[in-house]
Amino acid sequence: MTTKVTLAKALNLGLRKAMEADDKVLLMGEDVGKLGGVFRITDGLQKDFGEDRVIDSPLAESGIVGTAVGMAMRGYRPVVEIQFDGFVYPAYDQIVCQVAKLHFRSQGRVKMPMVIRIPFGGGIGAVEHHSESPEAQFAHTPGLKVVAVSNPVDGYWMIQQAIAHDDPVIFLEPKRQYHADKAELDDTVEPGPLFASRLVRPGRDATLLAYGPTVKTCLTAAEAAAGDGTSLEVIDLRTLSPLDMGPVYESVRRTGRAVVVHEAHVNLGLGAELAARITEECFYSLEAPVLRVGGFDTPYPASRIEEEWLPDLDRVLDAVDRSLEM
Amino acid sequence: MTHADGGFGPDLVEVFGPRQEDGGPELIQLLSPEGERIHHPEFDMDFSADQLRGFYRDMVLVRRIDVEATALQRHGELGIWAQLLGQEAAQIGAGRAARPQDFVFPTYREHGVAWCRGLDPLKLLGLFRGVDHGDWDPSEYNFSLYTIVIGAQTLHATGYAMGMQRDGVVGTGDPERDAAVLAHFGDGASSQGDVNESFIFAASYNAPVVFFCQNNQWAISEPIERQSRIPLFQRALGFGFPGLRVDGNDVLATYAVTQAALQRARDGQGPTLVEAYTYRMGAHTTTDDPTRYRVSDDVERWKLKDPIARLEVYLKRNGLADEQFFADLAEEAAALGHTLREGCKAMPDPKPLDIFDRVYSETTPELVAQRDGFAAYLATFEGAH
Repeated sequence: MTTKVTLAKALNLGLRKAMEADDKVLLMGEDVGKLGGVFRITDGLQKDFGEDRVIDSPLAESGIVGTAVGMAMRGYRPVVEIQFDGFVYPAYDQIVCQVAKLHFRSQGRVKMPMVIRIPFGGGIGAVEHHSESPEAQFAHTPGLKVVAVSNPVDGYWMIQQAIAHDDPVIFLEPKRQYHADKAELDDTVEPGPLFASRLVRPGRDATLLAYGPTVKTCLTAAEAAAGDGTSLEVIDLRTLSPLDMGPVYESVRRTGRAVVVHEAHVNLGLGAELAARITEECFYSLEAPVLRVGGFDTPYPASRIEEEWLPDLDRVLDAVDRSLEM
Repeated sequence: MTHADGGFGPDLVEVFGPRQEDGGPELIQLLSPEGERIHHPEFDMDFSADQLRGFYRDMVLVRRIDVEATALQRHGELGIWAQLLGQEAAQIGAGRAARPQDFVFPTYREHGVAWCRGLDPLKLLGLFRGVDHGDWDPSEYNFSLYTIVIGAQTLHATGYAMGMQRDGVVGTGDPERDAAVLAHFGDGASSQGDVNESFIFAASYNAPVVFFCQNNQWAISEPIERQSRIPLFQRALGFGFPGLRVDGNDVLATYAVTQAALQRARDGQGPTLVEAYTYRMGAHTTTDDPTRYRVSDDVERWKLKDPIARLEVYLKRNGLADEQFFADLAEEAAALGHTLREGCKAMPDPKPLDIFDRVYSETTPELVAQRDGFAAYLATFEGAH
């Protein structure tokens, strides 16, 4: 069946499908029940699946993730919602020291099939702590897998795939896209694998690497550049840990140039890892150093100037110009 | 409560003054330090001679494990060891109160509880020798792996208990089916956010979990007064569930109280905090030096409350165990010590390449590539000396 859905609706439908498919799937978080979450991603699910499966939690993130660990040990598949990216830090210890390490610590005897959903990124005019991009902190942690969705169709499938996966997945949702664009969702089309990057726009002159909210930014930039005669290829990374570099190497060997675009701070962000790997694998194909466009190395600014801080079409094209001039 | 200085609120001199030296008036005791049986209005119970000898045997063997492991550390066979000396009654009392269908979450010092769950004590040494991070299957013993981050396991315990609620194994009235969780932590952990959050979650969902705090008075060098200005068991009330203080050096009282709290949880009546009032007779671990921060008078005073000695007095005075029992037990302990010494030294080192396969349930191409690269690198040394 084909319907036009927003990312928020697609995630809601995907969660519903996952809960129907496996009664061990539980949702837990702040305000996820009656309210349906502050972004309404879990709208209607408590009504249909009951309070035992859609659990409104006390306001304590470490408590949410820590109790989810115990539920996973008991054989459940908890999907926890962290209300905003900047609120994940109280749970950081449980995520890094427990969620990520239990499989390793137990030599594979204890599985941690947990999904930690985090609305991430800026551009919604919010107050402090509501616009952050903490992905590198989790991608740096062995034992976690990290994915970022960029569009409704991926949202629908990737959430189901992450829930069915036996390893813990940090699931990043670009909050400013939740209610932005609608896409055709055909739930009879089999999805591709979860941990795979995807070429979303072919091009010849340079490769743009993006994920989450910056995929749209890069597609818009590529469209604008096409008007000026520059052909940009865009890859949606989708999986941040593990990285799926095959399509990236193939692309960069053709174009000879790569620009990484993310909202997270540039210093030691995903772009640094991508630049290092591209340099290791595509050194003799590179016509220019890998460039990075991202958030500046300051705390996220007050929202009246966030559009200056966030990578936008112009900053992406500026980096492309610098790459092409080298 | 009135204050000499006219202030208000609890009088801290009262709370931590002489009144509390022996655990205070609310300490639940069934066996005095002198080995006298005490009858408690609420928690009294009858113990068979077999049961009493069983507790005694458990405590003697667990102390032997502790002594052997400490010696193995001194001989360089273990990197470190967390001693339980003095806490045998607290651990055996709690451990024996748990049923097979209950699930237990330990810290890294619950060697006595591990013993009660049927773990081969040799398995406890791997972590301290540095050959693994815990080499047992938690689901085989219903005993989780040791948790080193202080207090983190109390949240896992609460979540596990919430899972039990959803599995319909709480409050059914079937004693073979109903189950609960026993969560261990210490006085130091009581300051951790995770412990306090686990109290809140357990209270909010009425989860079947018993929080079992061994208050051994010391968090490495910090005394209990640094962690709490009220007796720990009293904190439970603030979270909305009962708290009890039991003499942690009294195996009978610890068993009776923990057993009652676990039954309450299995019956669906929610969490309980049990504070086992005890004393860490040894160091925090083999790397610690308690002479730098505590006076020996305290240690001497607590020696008089030894958990094993008091039960021995009781058994002998009441003719519940003969000389043969004690002789057989000494032999069993010596044999256990021998097994541990030999078994520890024979533990193989882990294989470097194995670590790559344990990170994920479904490994990643990146990790496979790293492992292969490391294997190729290691192969370059083959044949070299």
